[in-house]
Amino acid sequence: MKNLAPKLSDAEYEKNFADITPPFPPHNATLEAKRCLFCFDAPCTRACPTHIDIPAFIKKITSGNMRGSANKILDANILGMSCARVCPVGSLCEGACVYNERDTEPIQIGRLQRFSIDWFYANWDKTKEMFKPAKPNGKKVACIGGGPSSLSCAFYLAQLGYAVTIYDKNDKPGGLNTYGIARYKMSAEEALKEVKLVEHVGVKFKQNCEIGKDVKVEKLTKDSDAIFIGIGLGQTEDLGIPGEDLPGVVDAITFIDELKHKKLRDVRVGRRVAVIGAGNTSVDAATQAKRLGAEMVMVLYRRTEAEMPAYNYEYEIAKKDRCVYYFLTAPKRIIGKAAVEGIECVRMKLGKPDSSGRPAPEPVPRSEFVLECDMVIKSLGQKKQRDFVQKVLGLKTDDRGRIAVDDTLQTSNPKFYAGGDCVNGGREVVNAVAHGKRAAWAIHKRITGEDIDLDGLWKNETIRRVANTAKHQYA
Amino acid sequence: MADLSVTIAGIKSPNPFWLASAPPTNSGAQIQRAFDLGWGGAVWKTLSGPIINVSSRLGSLDYGSARMMGLNNIELTTGRSWKVNVKEIRETKRKYPKHALLVSLMIESKKEAWQEAVKEMNDTGCDGIELNFGCPHGMCERGMGAAIGQVPEYTQMITEWATEVAEVPTIVKLTPNVTDVTHIARAAVAGGADGISLINSVGSLMGVNLDTFAPLPVVDGKGTHGGYCGPAVKPIALNMVSACARDPKVGIPISGIGGISTWQDTVEFMALGATTVQVCTAVMHYGYRIVEDMIDGLSNWIDEKGYRRCTDFIGKALPNILDWGDLNLNYKVVARINSNLCIGCELCHVAAWDGSHQCIDIETGNGHRVPVINEPQCVGCNLCMLVCPVNGCITMVQQDTGKKPISWRQYQAELAKNPKFEAPGYVEH
Ligand SMILES: Cc1cc2nc3c(=O)[nH]c(=O)nc-3n(C[C@H](O)[C@H](O)[C@H](O)COP(=O)(O)OP(=O)(O)OC[C@H]3O[C@@H](n4cnc5c(N)ncnc54)[C@H](O)[C@@H]3O)c2cc1C
Ligand SMILES: Cc1cc2nc3c(=O)[nH]c(=O)nc-3n(C[C@H](O)[C@H](O)[C@H](O)COP(=O)(O)O)c2cc1C
Ligand code: SF4
Repeated sequence: MKNLAPKLSDAEYEKNFADITPPFPPHNATLEAKRCLFCFDAPCTRACPTHIDIPAFIKKITSGNMRGSANKILDANILGMSCARVCPVGSLCEGACVYNERDTEPIQIGRLQRFSIDWFYANWDKTKEMFKPAKPNGKKVACIGGGPSSLSCAFYLAQLGYAVTIYDKNDKPGGLNTYGIARYKMSAEEALKEVKLVEHVGVKFKQNCEIGKDVKVEKLTKDSDAIFIGIGLGQTEDLGIPGEDLPGVVDAITFIDELKHKKLRDVRVGRRVAVIGAGNTSVDAATQAKRLGAEMVMVLYRRTEAEMPAYNYEYEIAKKDRCVYYFLTAPKRIIGKAAVEGIECVRMKLGKPDSSGRPAPEPVPRSEFVLECDMVIKSLGQKKQRDFVQKVLGLKTDDRGRIAVDDTLQTSNPKFYAGGDCVNGGREVVNAVAHGKRAAWAIHKRITGEDIDLDGLWKNETIRRVANTAKHQYA
Repeated sequence: MADLSVTIAGIKSPNPFWLASAPPTNSGAQIQRAFDLGWGGAVWKTLSGPIINVSSRLGSLDYGSARMMGLNNIELTTGRSWKVNVKEIRETKRKYPKHALLVSLMIESKKEAWQEAVKEMNDTGCDGIELNFGCPHGMCERGMGAAIGQVPEYTQMITEWATEVAEVPTIVKLTPNVTDVTHIARAAVAGGADGISLINSVGSLMGVNLDTFAPLPVVDGKGTHGGYCGPAVKPIALNMVSACARDPKVGIPISGIGGISTWQDTVEFMALGATTVQVCTAVMHYGYRIVEDMIDGLSNWIDEKGYRRCTDFIGKALPNILDWGDLNLNYKVVARINSNLCIGCELCHVAAWDGSHQCIDIETGNGHRVPVINEPQCVGCNLCMLVCPVNGCITMVQQDTGKKPISWRQYQAELAKNPKFEAPGYVEH
């Protein structure tokens, strides 16, 4: 890189990457919990893709029943800790809180959930007994990929007695929870606590194991009664412009991955940084580049603020971090001799709607300009793993390259189920967890014929009863 | 999981959580739904002769943003027909043989009428009968409810009528609208009651409309004295439950009622001597579903504390309730303020200055407004801690004064022996 950003002091790194939403002090959590109206058939519960019984877990905070509170959350969402920290709550539960209708601040559901779940992990020595390995039912399931969707699927299956193995190509399990989420939301160590819970109920992990390369799909198929695919997405899409191979051009996912695992002081960041694309990942790349010490971070987007895919609250973080947005700006080529020195852009204007329904950006003739920079972060959205899915797994994809599934998340091969980003094209952790759970029920139903779709009523006792007697009866 | 089952006055219940006789127990369908959700027992809405209720029946005391801290009602007994109720009681008991189902009765004060009603209940298969001597409005004007429960002789007489013919245990429900509830409880014992339940609602008037001068709740521009219940009455109920539990002349099992909405409230009632609890207002506010956390929270607490069954701690707090004259006069606490937590509202200062012992000053250095306790002046009343909006900011710290514990009674005894005996406690300025 031509110019590296100057290094910061340890204290500055610590401050810049501290929790963006700090935990509640205990007393405040109780006060906030007491504000909850305890709605019946609560809209927040409906809005949560995993349907956590939110009023119930909050009520249990007010009654001091912390164990019960954490249990309520984990019953519905085994990654309750990461979701509490990383969910776009304003668009989900908190956005649905009835207080919004009364022009009052909604209940801080995410922070309350974190309060319960932090208690659960802080008391791990005692609380781990809440979940025990189930009595084996003699069936085997393999999960490909170790991200949120697989963790969820594996946990719920293991609680039903299945022998589940997760195959993941990374060094550490957790998928993007460990390798992707912004560090000021959740660290890799924290993400691994949830992995420990999944391990605790008997799920086996095979790391550094890429299916298709290290282990053949045929072997998995032969050895398992069902397979769950939670492979997520791939690297960022290419820009397809000259200069893309120059040193200093990095993929957002790679940059963020480094941020999660290296000492912050060792992560290379340019003095002036251009981020291309304006989704949520772009915000994470831009803000974290800034927090690492970049003097100037420019975010280039070819449409306008109105079409930008990033959540508003994510955009607010970027603006607070003084990242500068260049709307209606498209990159044309990256300039530099031995490394990136600048990026040539062209102004755009909005034309007729394209196939996505959004106005198509068109270049304005002779409007080229150059932005000087030392680093270019590509953040155009992640690639679908179309080739792997079609050729290696032998499954059908839809027209957008996502794994094609039916309502039960079953793929074109009845033995294969899929969920998470590889199915929905890239959404949130909580959607992946919901998929994993639904797939677990569907797999269980396919193998045993039992229907235990108890969304929202998924009780530990129920799981245990199923696990112990292998004969389910919801009384 | 802990064993939550209890037996009270011979009545078995899967857990100590019962619904009190009130609108939540108005019909078989309701009670069956409640049992499905986890309630261990229910006392059927009081049956009496034909009743006509008024429209507009409830009034609420809201406090800050909290609704229904207290609830008042002027509802009488059930407005549904006797026949329909009896049919549903029978059906409910048949469908739920393991749950505790009691029927509450309030009958015209004639022996024959009472005994006929009790005999009919024997027949329904119900597990017990609750005698409603508590209703503080309407029915007492007709010589029933609190009109009975306020007079020991009447209480004993009607309890005798009922127990003479009852084939199931009889529980007498007491009114708090008396000077000393233990006298009424003793009368119930004398009448042969197998248990008592308390409290029924507290005489109340919710407010006045300042435009119409109509009392609340309003019935055609007018109003009447009603019965108060909900979280606000819990301290009154705890007081009376513990008074009965401490009285050796009572000595029969207690079902605690009044302001209960959580498992913690339940533990408090049980620690003060109750074997089961009954809930009305909290269910009227949030529905039967509240029992889920009551069961879950109670059994988690029992496990955590190392108890095995939920009867293990009944009465545990009773030995700690003393007469005032037996409290240690040499015990001393003073307030301490954690200035790091202080947000500078100065509520403790004004409370201490005007409402207590002028013992909190304000240091205004550095532009901060930090209250400072004047410890020699502090009598340890708790007021500042109670008004402070930040939990843990003001704590009461015990002082080691080196003085031996001595109560007022012991002091009086010492004085009788030696008139120069040094006074215990602390001089107030
Ligand atoms: C930078 C970034 C920030 C994000 N921030 C948020 C946020 O703040 N909040 C939020 O809710 N969501 C956020 N997300 C989205 C969220 O991380 C994903 O939706 C979620 O992780 C999807 O889970 P998954 O299980 O489908 O896939 P992933 O988490 O992607 O996991 C897939 C796993 O499969 C492995 N794998 C792939 N192919 C193979 C193979 N052939 N063999 C073995 N293993 C394989 C991968 O290595 C990976 O470990 C963010 C995503 C990114 C990229
Ligand atoms: C609307 C209403 C109706 C009631 N009706 C009866 C009744 O018919 N018989 C009775 O014994 N108690 C009746 N009660 C009193 C309750 O059973 C209970 O004793 C009282 O409400 C205190 O409990 P709580 O604080 O949980 O509400 C009624 C209470 C309310 C609010
Ligand atoms: S709750 Fe409302 S609708 Fe129902 S009886 Fe009362 S006033 Fe009528």
